[in-house]
Amino acid sequence: MVGTAGARLSAVDLRKGAPMGFLIGALGASLIFGMVQLANDPALFFQTLMKSLGLGSVYALIALGFVLIFKATQTVNFAQGALAATGALFLAFLVQKRSVFTEGESVVERAGHIPFTNISNPLDNLGGPQWVHWSLSVVVALAFAAVVGLVVERLAIRPMIGEPLFSVAVITLGLEIMFRVFNNDAVEIELRPIGVPWKLDGFRVGDAFINWSFVAAMITAAAAFVAVYFFYRSRLGIAMRAVAFDQEAAMAQGINVGRVFAIAWAAGAVLAAIGGIFATQPPVEQQISVDQSTANIAFRALPAVILGGLDSVTGALLGGLIVGVAEIYAGQYAAANTSWLGAGYPLIVPYVVMIIGLLVRPYGLFGTPEIERV
Amino acid sequence: MLGRPRLYTAYRQEAQLLPTWTQKVICTLFVAVLFLLPFELPVISHIPLVRFLGDNDWMRPMALMMVLAIAALGLNLLAGVAGQVSLGHAFFMGVGACAAVYLGGSSGEETWGHSLPIWIWLPAAGIVAALVGVAVSPVAVRLRGLYLAIVTLGLVFLGIHFGNTSWGRKIAGPPALGREFPGLDVRLWKEETPLINVEDDGHWLWFDVTDLQKRYLFLLVLTIAFTLVAKNLTRTRTGRALQAIRDRDIAAEVMGVPEFRYKVIAFAVSSFFAGVAGALFSALSQRILATDFGLFLSVEFIAILLIGGAGTTSGTLIGTFFVVMVPQFVEEFTKWLDRAEGGLTEQLARFLLTEGDDFGIINTAIQTPGWTLSVFDWNIVLFGALIVVFLIVEPLGIFGIWVRVRNYWKRWPFSY
Repeated sequence: MVGTAGARLSAVDLRKGAPMGFLIGALGASLIFGMVQLANDPALFFQTLMKSLGLGSVYALIALGFVLIFKATQTVNFAQGALAATGALFLAFLVQKRSVFTEGESVVERAGHIPFTNISNPLDNLGGPQWVHWSLSVVVALAFAAVVGLVVERLAIRPMIGEPLFSVAVITLGLEIMFRVFNNDAVEIELRPIGVPWKLDGFRVGDAFINWSFVAAMITAAAAFVAVYFFYRSRLGIAMRAVAFDQEAAMAQGINVGRVFAIAWAAGAVLAAIGGIFATQPPVEQQISVDQSTANIAFRALPAVILGGLDSVTGALLGGLIVGVAEIYAGQYAAANTSWLGAGYPLIVPYVVMIIGLLVRPYGLFGTPEIERV
Repeated sequence: MLGRPRLYTAYRQEAQLLPTWTQKVICTLFVAVLFLLPFELPVISHIPLVRFLGDNDWMRPMALMMVLAIAALGLNLLAGVAGQVSLGHAFFMGVGACAAVYLGGSSGEETWGHSLPIWIWLPAAGIVAALVGVAVSPVAVRLRGLYLAIVTLGLVFLGIHFGNTSWGRKIAGPPALGREFPGLDVRLWKEETPLINVEDDGHWLWFDVTDLQKRYLFLLVLTIAFTLVAKNLTRTRTGRALQAIRDRDIAAEVMGVPEFRYKVIAFAVSSFFAGVAGALFSALSQRILATDFGLFLSVEFIAILLIGGAGTTSGTLIGTFFVVMVPQFVEEFTKWLDRAEGGLTEQLARFLLTEGDDFGIINTAIQTPGWTLSVFDWNIVLFGALIVVFLIVEPLGIFGIWVRVRNYWKRWPFSY
């Protein structure tokens, strides 16, 4: 008795047509809507497009971390948000100017002293332009994040090889809860600036204002995806795919499954940390500082992963971009006549998009359907 | 049958609620103790654990435990028995609470309400949640494993956002403040003096009872009722069908179990439990707050199932006790340490506690941002650590430990 997931559910085929029609209708409507808006105000449309692609790139980066870990260990890492906040916090601690804090100041007084613009870096002694220091700090922070990923993998995930996949996922939920407490505690009640050189600056194209952070996110995402593309063609990448396909068979072929796990987690943690750094900048946040909500970026990016398919790198990229575009455009153009939707409604647009997408394709746009045998 | 507890001669016998006499006696005694626990009685008040659980201060966590037990039993039916792991249980609780406050709350300029009595809003909370569960199930049935978990997680975020919308504000009050929730008083209709007064101190039978004790007893009755429903459901045709789907869904379908129908039933029943529990949850704190029904609450139920032992009713109840009471014990222990004078306990206190300036792990000062976490933060860390450790060390939970201990003594002196 062999059947694909689709054939298995043939009894409920009735529900298949409606969502597909709905999806095509929604796509057509948004296309027409987009054309109208483009004709109305091209500058605003272009600005929104760049903003949404920036957000989509951030989502895609986080989603790529999810996919890397999923492809190696077959589990969703719910602690990705905590890892993102941890990485960004490392950076904040590296670039923070500590001398402004005097002994005995209360936390509230200290909060007033946060240097938002002045970057003072332990690496300042090196001399040279500040963005060099900042880039070096980023590298160090990412290395820290990788170490955290390795430690977590070794302590909590490695003992679970061969256990049910959902158990591993719930372990990462437990880790997320623990990490969050420590992160929030490290943030205290103030903001932790991460000293991004381009701050809130941007440039103008015609009437459209585009933040440098949008461009930076896009370039980083492009670089990350190219790197992962080549990585999967390397010897280690092929080993990783083999492990994802069948742990036991891979082990029998002489692949060190533990090491593959470790590398996937380190890479996932680094991608999470990069995402965390971008999660403090526009278009996600405006304050360029780590705070207690930074860790939420992973839960905002989850729809992108699911929409694209948990095991597809292409899916992560396209899912991230689709979700980002949907969120920003919904926020930009629907705001005027939707006061009943309440503040912050764009944040749940990704989840709505995800649910509609899953109605049409239960394994995501590019995900591999599970083939089941009795 | 006394000497051969595992010898069944008929299916009826095997499917009994409490198959052995030992279980019957222990269960009866246990329920009796639960009922008598709040009162000052000669024997009951001297059993070690019961002695302080019966204190008036401990009635609040005990009552909360009853509420969470109802919700956890619902999730157990869905995740433990039918194998559909859902992270959206808090969402269905929130749906129930909203339905309850819409029917039972008072109407005003900023809020909608109908001031109906509890015998309308409590079942309605469950029914509305069950209907939402049925509405969601077409999506959920198509998904499996982690995809299902993440989509139900999405429901939680949608639910919290509902508190921000204009309808949500009318029902659940302003996002950060919430809204007053009707109490547990039982009225026939909208009269002034309630039929059964649960919210004030008073006199029941020949006991003086405080409001907390009243709420505890009220919720205890409900919890026992729901436990019976859950337990009975698992030993009927429906329960067996759900277990078949959990063990291998395709095989179940080949054997003639309609997968779609039973998954919808599982979602509906589980959401019903969650809805009722959500209404009671808000009624207990007398305030509904949309952000209460967040991811953390959902994870709490997953933790209850994992720590107690998924798929078993008694395991779920033990897990609820563990998850609700361990933080209370830790808090109480810290307070006790803080008061300790002299001897080993003071040394221990000096080592563990701090007020922010000396060495220590647990901060007892009131305002505690920064390193040295407060007890509350440590409790959350402990909660996360318990999930991780239980999954790594004992995946079957406390129930699994109990089974191992029982089997050891059953076989004693042989090792297998």
